This record gives sequence, C-alpha cells and structure tokens, in this order.
Amino acid sequence: MTLTLGHFLSLGAILFALSVVGIFLNRKNLIVLMMAIELMLLAVNTNFVAFSYDLGNMHGQIFVFFIMTVAAAESAIGLAILVLLFRNKSNINVDELNSLKG
Amino acid sequence: MCATLSASTLLAIPLLPLAASATVGIFGTKLGGNLIGRLAAHSLTIFGVFLAFVLSAITLNNVVLHDARFDDTIYTWMVLGGLKMEIGFLVDGLTAMMMTVVTFVSLMIHIYTIGYMQEDKGYNRFFSYISLFTFSMLMLVMSNNMLQLFFGWEAVGLVSYLLIGFWFNKPSANFANMKAFLVNRVGDFGFILGIGLLVSYSGTLNYHENFEQAAELSRYLLPGTHWMLMTVICICLFIGAMGKSAQFPLHVWLPDSMEGPTPISALIHAATMVTAGIFMVARMSPLFELSDTALNFILVIGSITALFMGFLGIVQNDIKRVVAYSTLSQLGYMTVALGASAYSVAVFHLMTHAFFKALLFLAAGSVIMGVHHNQDIRWMGGLRKYMPITWVTFLLGSLALIGTPLFSGFYSKDAIIMAVHASQLPAAGLAYFSVLAGVFVTAFYSSRLYFLVFHGSERMDQNPDKHHAHHTHHGHHGTSKPHESPWVVTVPLVMLAIPSVLIGYLTISSILFGDFFYGSILVNSEMHKAMEMLREEFHGPARMAFHGLTSAPFWLALGGVVSAYYMYMVNPALPTAIRKRFQIVYTVLENKYYMDWFNENVLAPLVRGLGTALWRAGDQGVIDGACVNGSWRLVGWVSGVVRKFQTGYLYDYALTMVLGVFVLMTYFVWLK
Repeated sequence: MTLTLGHFLSLGAILFALSVVGIFLNRKNLIVLMMAIELMLLAVNTNFVAFSYDLGNMHGQIFVFFIMTVAAAESAIGLAILVLLFRNKSNINVDELNSLKG
Repeated sequence: MCATLSASTLLAIPLLPLAASATVGIFGTKLGGNLIGRLAAHSLTIFGVFLAFVLSAITLNNVVLHDARFDDTIYTWMVLGGLKMEIGFLVDGLTAMMMTVVTFVSLMIHIYTIGYMQEDKGYNRFFSYISLFTFSMLMLVMSNNMLQLFFGWEAVGLVSYLLIGFWFNKPSANFANMKAFLVNRVGDFGFILGIGLLVSYSGTLNYHENFEQAAELSRYLLPGTHWMLMTVICICLFIGAMGKSAQFPLHVWLPDSMEGPTPISALIHAATMVTAGIFMVARMSPLFELSDTALNFILVIGSITALFMGFLGIVQNDIKRVVAYSTLSQLGYMTVALGASAYSVAVFHLMTHAFFKALLFLAAGSVIMGVHHNQDIRWMGGLRKYMPITWVTFLLGSLALIGTPLFSGFYSKDAIIMAVHASQLPAAGLAYFSVLAGVFVTAFYSSRLYFLVFHGSERMDQNPDKHHAHHTHHGHHGTSKPHESPWVVTVPLVMLAIPSVLIGYLTISSILFGDFFYGSILVNSEMHKAMEMLREEFHGPARMAFHGLTSAPFWLALGGVVSAYYMYMVNPALPTAIRKRFQIVYTVLENKYYMDWFNENVLAPLVRGLGTALWRAGDQGVIDGACVNGSWRLVGWVSGVVRKFQTGYLYDYALTMVLGVFVLMTYFVWLK
C-alpha cells in the first residue's frame, strides 16, 4: 500500500475534527482549549505539507514555518493571559468565564 | 419728460410705502418703543403713498401719451435648474391704470383714516398696515412673473387678515379674520396648482414667455385624462381668483370682513384687493382665450354671484353689510365680463367700481361716525339735514352704482351687459338674464339703503341698544344729534365723488375702444366676437348715455329705485307685509342661503373628519407607527435575537465561528 494525498488529507481532516470536538466538549480547562487550537493549526499544516509535496511547490512548506512561528507566539500570549486570568479569578474553569457577555 | 420708464422710478413706487410702513410699524408701536407720535406716523405714510401716487400718475401719463412700456427683471432671486425666480416689473396700460387707481384710493383712505381712527389706540399700527397693503398690492399689479404675482397675492391676503382682525379684542373680529384666511387658502390652493401646472409645462415663470408658449400648450391634454391642459390651468387659476375676488361659493368671507375698520372695508374689501382676481384673469387673458370651457365656467360663477349676492343685500340691516353684498354682486358683474371675453370691460368696471364703492364705504363710515357708531340702518333716517356733504357724495356714489346714465357706473355696467348679450358662449344666456335682473336688484337695495339712511323719519332714539352704548362710549357728547364729519373725512369723499361721476364719460372711448390695453389684454376676436360687436355699436359716450335711456337696464334700474321709494318712503308697512307673506324666502335670505350653516355643519366636519382620519392613518399609523417607532422596534427585535448568541462562554463563540466558517465554505464551494 502506498501513501497517497488522500491519506494525508484524511489525517488532517481527522485531526481538525478532533480539535473542533475538543473545543466544544471541553467545559473544564482553558489549557485543553488552547491545545485543541494548536491541534487545529497542526491539521492545517498537515494539509499544507501534503499539498506542497503533491504539487511539487515549496510555498506551502514555507507557509507552514510561518504558521508554526505565529502559533508559538500565540500560545505564549495565550498562556500569559491565562496566568493573569488565574491571578484575578483564582480559577481557569471555562464554565465560569462568561464576563464577555454584553 | 422722457418717454421711457426707468427701473429706479418704478422700484420707488412700491418701496416708498414699504419704507414708510416699516418705519411707522417698528418705531411707532410698542415694538420699537413708541418713538414716533401720531402726527409723524400719518405724515410719513401719507407722504410715502402720495409720492407713489405722483410717480404712478407720471407713469400712466407716459404710458398713455408716449406709448412707453417696461418689461424687465430687476433682481434675480435664484435660479433652480432652468427655472429663474425673479423680481421684475411689467408696465403697460393695464398695470399703469391699476397702479394709479390703487395709489389714489389708498391716498384718499390714508387721509380719511386720520379722522376715522383718531380715538383708536392702534392708530400707528393701522397706518403701518395700510401702507404695507399699498406696497403688496403694487407688487401684485406690477409683477412680470407668476412668482411675484403669488407673493403679492399672499401679501395682500396677510394684510387683509391683519386688518379684519385689527380690533383683536373682539371675538367676532378674530372669527372673521380666521374665516377670511381659511377661505382664501382654498382659493390659493387652486391658484398655486394652476401656477405649478403652467410652469411645469412651460418651464418659465415669466408672463410673456408663458404667453408665447400658450398656443402650443393648448394642444396638450392633462396626462391620464381627456381634459385639455389649458382648461385645467385656467380653471385652477380662476379658483384662486374666486377666493380673492369672493366669487360664489368662496364668497363667505367678504361680508364677515366688515368686522374690520371702515377705511379697510373701502380700500381692501371693495376697491383694490378683492379686484386682484379680476386683474389676474385679465392679465392672463392670452391663456383664458384658449379655453371656452373655462370661460363658460367663469360666466356661470359670475352670474350666480352677481344676482344672488344682490338679493342678500336687500335683507341686510347693517349699513356696511349692504355695501359689502353690493361689492360681491359687482364683482360678479366683472367676472361675467371676463367670461364674455370682454376683459377690458371688466377692468373698466373694476376702475369705476373702485372709485364709487370706495366712496360709498367711506360715506358709510362717515355716517357711522355721525350717528355715534351705530351701524343699523333701522335706527338712522333723515340724516341729510345733519350731514350734507356725506349725503351728496353718498347719493352720487349710489347713482353711479345703480347705473344712472352719464355716471361712471353706467358706462361700465352697460358695457358689461352689452358684452354678455353679444357673447356666443353657451352660458351667456344665463349670464345675460342674471346681469339684467341684477340691475333691478342693485337699484333696489341701493335706494333702500339711501332712503333709510338719509330720508324719512329720524329713528335715532328708537334703537333698543342705544341708551347703553351712549353712556359707555359717548357720555361726553352731551347731545345725541348726528354731526357732520371733520374735513379729513369729507375731503376724500369729495375727491372720490369726482371720478365716480366723471371717469366713465371721459375714459370709455380710449379704454374700451382705443388701444389703451393694446399688448396687455389679448382677445381672440374670431372666436369671441363680443368686443368687436361692442365696438361697432359704440358711437361716443354721449350717444351711449342717450341710447341708455331707451334700453332695458335703465328702466329696470328706474323700476328698482321707484319700488324702493314706494316701499320705504310712501308705504313703510309694505316690506313687513311682504316679509310675512314670503316668510320662507326671507328666512333663506336672512340665513344667506345657509352657506355658512353648510360650511360649518357639513363641510367643516367632513374636512375635519378627513384630517383626523389622515392624522390617525398617515401620521400616527405610517409615520409615527411604521417609520419612527417601527425602526427602533425592528432594531430592538434584531438585537434581542443576536443577544442570545452572546452567552459569554468561549465554546459558544467558537461554535458560532465554526458554524459560520462552515456556512461560508458551503456557499463558496457548492453554491458559487
């Protein structure tokens, strides 16, 4: 059995679906939420790499580097917010964070 | 004397009275701190209107002798698209004559007012108003475009309103001025519709540019109907004239306008303002000539007014109201002349009527002053001994009104009757009957008024209200004998009596049959032959007077005078007997054909109901309900729905985002 583009895209789709479900189902921990977001980005990266390889075009892989950089920065900021949030509210329980409501 | 007319001279004619009016109105009243006294107030306004009269007379002289004409724009107010809104003057025979009549009568009335209003607190205010009126009327007659005509039209209406309600403490005066204003609005609505329709097709407000296109416009139909455009325009314009010139059924305001001071009744509600409608139709003659339907309409309205308003004059007991109904009837005569395409005859009658009717009103005012502000002719009588000048001038005015040969009223009224007789329009038969019968009625009520006031027994002491009035207002007189009025009152009477007697004899040849109105009044003589036939039958004013002795109008008038003499002098019991015999007719006349009743109990509730319905459905329903409240309710409802998404929980926002992405993706991938 040889690996085709379809296999990689399926992997990406599964990862993406997992992360979406993770966002919806997770009502407890904000950190798990951030992990799900990272996973979502990775699923996208997988697609980029698969298409890049299949089409023989390196642009996709360059984009993956950019996305990973941005994702790292975003995680850093996210964790920083999370720490501040914990200092103010003494917990990071998603169910209790609803002060965004208008 | 130069033959051309200069713009600055013409501009000075209306502006002098305006300047005097503004100065007196601001500095002579509480508004400006009462800086100007009575002497200064009347000197200033009389000086202004005197100069205007002199300049008008010079203009008339130039127009008549040197054939001078003026038609130019003085000032451009604004240009909207291609539509120029301008102030300009058109001076030709018609305008020059109107200017001279207006300023002359106005000057007489300014002088008369010094005597009539001397005890009134609103002395300065009154002078300010009448000078403002002179300005407005001059702007109206001198205009060379529709916009300025409309400005003058509304301005004279405003001054009329102010002056009818001059004694604003009297509830009846307030009622009367509201009535005059509202009834005039009905007419003005038609007038502005007519102007709008004309301008929307011709694209210009200027008279001459409109008249040049008139023949072309007469080929159009009003879109969506089978009505000739020109007919609709002319009838709309004439509805305006009906309001201003008090033609049936918009006449109801004029008798009530007698609530105002008498000089105003003479100036505005007899001599000048109410003839604005007649003037306007004569000025628009190139348009009216194109529509026989409109001319027939004018004939019918005019003949109804001429005859039926005369009947009402017979039963009135208020001296001013008798003269007011007489004015209505005479305006009906002018309207009939317009309908018969005898525009110059209508304007001729307008001029003679301005003199003799102003004279009659001023004489009536002099009588009212003489008998200590009693207006009821039942409590007068035998005044000729006490007020000789008033008596003679009133007699001359009445003779002119009745149409005694050689007097001015004879020439104009006989010319109208002949013109109607010669007219071939379908409605001319009805009109001819009306104006002939009207001659008898006019003679009857004029003689009744004259005999009751100046002859017969003195009934001053029999007035049931008199005793009371005597002590409250005139306790200082000591005696209740009537007295002749001061010279400021009698001089205008004499000055007006002269043209009332002579002007017809002197001017009929040039005004009706010369080229005085050449270029200002246009008659399609092939279609409307009345003027041509009049011209053929005319052989000089003396011959006309001689011929008049053998014609029907003269005998009808004589019959009217004789029957009035018999009923009120020889056999005073007869009118009461007739009244008892024909109680129903008398009741109908007494109630003025129930027109006021109809307006108050049928028309006004209907209109008010329509207004309420429109207010409920249109204002409260659509504008307030749907537009104003509807928009905030819609926004509120949408935000209520959207707020449900804003739970504050991250996963809900995430879900919304993902679903949104899903929807967008679906749209781009499958639907596009």
